[in-house]
Amino acid sequence: MRELSLNILDIAQNSISAGAPLITIEVSENTTDHTLLIGIYDNGKGMSDDQVKSVIDPFFTTRTTRKVGMGIPLFKMAAEQTGGSLEIKSELGVGTEVKALFKTNSVDFTPLGDVASTIQMLITMNTDRDFVYKHSVDGKEFICDTRELKAILGDVPLDTYEVSQWLIEFIKENTEVLYK
Amino acid sequence: MKTLAELMAIKEATKQKMTVREDTGDDAIRVVVGMATCGIAAGARPVLNAFVDEVAKRNLKGVTVSQTGCIGMCQYEPIVEVIQPGKEKVTYVKMTADKVAKVVNDHIVNGNPVAEYTVNAVK
Repeated sequence: MRELSLNILDIAQNSISAGAPLITIEVSENTTDHTLLIGIYDNGKGMSDDQVKSVIDPFFTTRTTRKVGMGIPLFKMAAEQTGGSLEIKSELGVGTEVKALFKTNSVDFTPLGDVASTIQMLITMNTDRDFVYKHSVDGKEFICDTRELKAILGDVPLDTYEVSQWLIEFIKENTEVLYK
Repeated sequence: MKTLAELMAIKEATKQKMTVREDTGDDAIRVVVGMATCGIAAGARPVLNAFVDEVAKRNLKGVTVSQTGCIGMCQYEPIVEVIQPGKEKVTYVKMTADKVAKVVNDHIVNGNPVAEYTVNAVK
């Protein structure tokens, strides 16, 4: 993957497939420690301990059409190649937490990329789910919660073009200021 | 900077335009973009965005753009399927955002699939 934001899009698809009504995406950067934490947390159907162990394996997938699942292994590799790590916690019927830690000063650090586009796509393509996007830089935080957006919008859907265009700028501008 | 107050204004403006929501019933054209790991890694995100933009720009009614999982030919990703009732499904392969305008114009608007972008052209 060329950008970590694409890994986020990919891992969040697993939460969608797991039937999660609420998906939280956390991006937390510390510029003094040179660390970046990316978390994808859901309240979907969860996995058993055996499944958790096997999703790290590229030759595991829940799909029946093919026998490989590269999502988690690619994300893990992106983290580990910087000197970071990946952790998965999951419980059947409760949900799954995927957390990856990156060392941003490593030469092998993949840039975060266009995370606003990822969040916009997740929200507008899955209007039946709720998303919380939390982005923090050195303690300054921006939160975008679709439950709040839906309360404002009433019966105007989140995937209305004008709303989706506003949404990407809203996320972009509010995350950019965190880095200033 | 964009604020939630602006969203309220957009809502009011959209509500007035939105009479009855367009009927995307039986004769709707569906554009489906493969968004599994393989599709995403190959560049499906800008392709999907380009379809959403083009459909909105041309104000096309009865066209839905959605995502699906792995279509099963990972080496040809990004893959896009155009599904129209009563017609054979058309599968576009190795799509890019640049190719989207032509697919929308020739195929979705004018009913002529872009043969050189389809899976039949590479097989």
